[in-house]
Amino acid sequence: MHYAPAPLHIPDGFLNLVVSLTFWALTIIAVGIAISKTNKALGEKQVPLMGIMAAFIFAAQMLNFPVAGGTSGHFLGGALAAIVLGPWAAILVMTAVIAVQGLLFQDGGLLVMGANIFNMGILTAMIGFGLYRMVSASANKTLKLAVAGVGAWISTVAAALLTSLQLWISGTSSLQIVVPAMLGVHVLIGIGEALVTVAALAFIMQARPDLLEAETVAEKGGRSWIAAGVIMSLAAVLLSPLASGDPDGLERVAEDFGFLQAGLEAPYQILPDYTIPFLGETALSTIVAGIVGALVVLGLMVVIGGMLKKRNA
Amino acid sequence: MHADAFDRYYAAESPLHRLDPRVKVIVTVAFILSNALLPDGAWAAFGLGWIFLLLANSASNLGIDFTFRRSFIALPFMLVAVSAIFAPSGQPLAEWTVGGISLVPTDAGLIRFGSILLRTWLSVQAGILLVAVTPFPDLIHAFEHLRIPAVLTTIIAFLYRYLFVLTDEVLRLLRARDSRSAALPGQKSGQTVFWRAQIAGNMAGQLFLRSYERSDRIYNAMLARGYTGQMRTLRAHVMRRRDWLVFSISLMMLLLVQLIGRLG
Repeated sequence: MHYAPAPLHIPDGFLNLVVSLTFWALTIIAVGIAISKTNKALGEKQVPLMGIMAAFIFAAQMLNFPVAGGTSGHFLGGALAAIVLGPWAAILVMTAVIAVQGLLFQDGGLLVMGANIFNMGILTAMIGFGLYRMVSASANKTLKLAVAGVGAWISTVAAALLTSLQLWISGTSSLQIVVPAMLGVHVLIGIGEALVTVAALAFIMQARPDLLEAETVAEKGGRSWIAAGVIMSLAAVLLSPLASGDPDGLERVAEDFGFLQAGLEAPYQILPDYTIPFLGETALSTIVAGIVGALVVLGLMVVIGGMLKKRNA
Repeated sequence: MHADAFDRYYAAESPLHRLDPRVKVIVTVAFILSNALLPDGAWAAFGLGWIFLLLANSASNLGIDFTFRRSFIALPFMLVAVSAIFAPSGQPLAEWTVGGISLVPTDAGLIRFGSILLRTWLSVQAGILLVAVTPFPDLIHAFEHLRIPAVLTTIIAFLYRYLFVLTDEVLRLLRARDSRSAALPGQKSGQTVFWRAQIAGNMAGQLFLRSYERSDRIYNAMLARGYTGQMRTLRAHVMRRRDWLVFSISLMMLLLVQLIGRLG
């Protein structure tokens, strides 16, 4: 009901385990820091403010505006959230939004949720806030709005680019097709995002300028965000034409570094083909491997059980 | 809008509904993980996974095709994987020329595409079933038990609780815009796309301020009722013998799926 799936949410099955777990690890680190940072800044007000803001992003994604030929522009909100709430709070807010979209509406998978949160929450916060932070102290409103718009646009394009690269490394799509398709669509979607972000920000500047004062913004995130934002933006801007104009070149580079192979070969196989290395490929080896597998599962169950019991007590 | 407008829970009396939510969460994640671990073309294992899903469906008393009928939501994204069919490795099956580009589907590419399709299809159905048989607050409680930071689960609980309130706010804004955007038949309403985007932006800004100020009011109301930064729950979930049994059998079955996928 009233829910339109957004095109950047990757479902389960599209990313291989290595890519999924790598991005889960990055996301867990970022969210962990975000929790402690916002807790320090907001205290017990953290939960209600972040919760309502997450509901705001969720609801704002229903705001659409007719573009042409029956299609309409939608709003993702990651960059706006980062500019108004600060990057750490925005990461938490987007994490909650993407978690509920994946859990409740199956828009985006569970195993790949780390990648989804990174693409749409963390990367957009870095770029959106990082670029805005450069000019946040300036008195020139037009400049601030322009930079915010550019940040919103680049963050949308960068999220699309990273999504395509993840799909490619996972062996789901070929680079020659996915990059031009994704970038082509999101370069346009990004313009809509930028326009809505600028207009919303102008509105907030008028109505509640206290939320956007230079000192308030500085409190929300230090100057090191500028570096993160600029580096990520540059990477996106430089990599996009390379990836769409010369995909074969990028593929060659990836092969040279061997990381394409790593992605496809799945180094998660601790027991390759269910054989124990030193026993060779015999029936005994398979049986032993099966027993080892069963023991691992049993051990996991005992550990999980212990954790649950502790919580119950 | 009614408070449960976003609810995906289907109330029923069934063994799956009564199961401890933690077991449901872990088994769902394990099922999705198991799909991701299966090698391409392990059709027998995918089939067994589907049987597992059907068993779970029938244990939910919601109908054996309950998840299947709702599973088409992820299919639009399959377009992204179509290009896997043209993977350069493998035997070429045909050659099509579309707009000057030659497309060569290969057997390896076709197997890859089919495997991705099945993995996604199975995983999406598992997620649908999980939220259909578990009330959302129970689900969040289960995540808390599984060591997801309480701050995050509480934020998600808040998002869920206020989602329909803010959706009402959006619907009011959209209705207001519609009532001011009358157009003569055959004539264009509104101005340029830029103008329309600006209106949408003003609405987003308006919505943001209303939400921000609402969170202040909610926070004050919570303080007045003795909020100390901690959420409390009166519902204690206890693992019973039946829960452990279902838990072990499910994991053993997933292990079997893996063994068949590797050996078959």
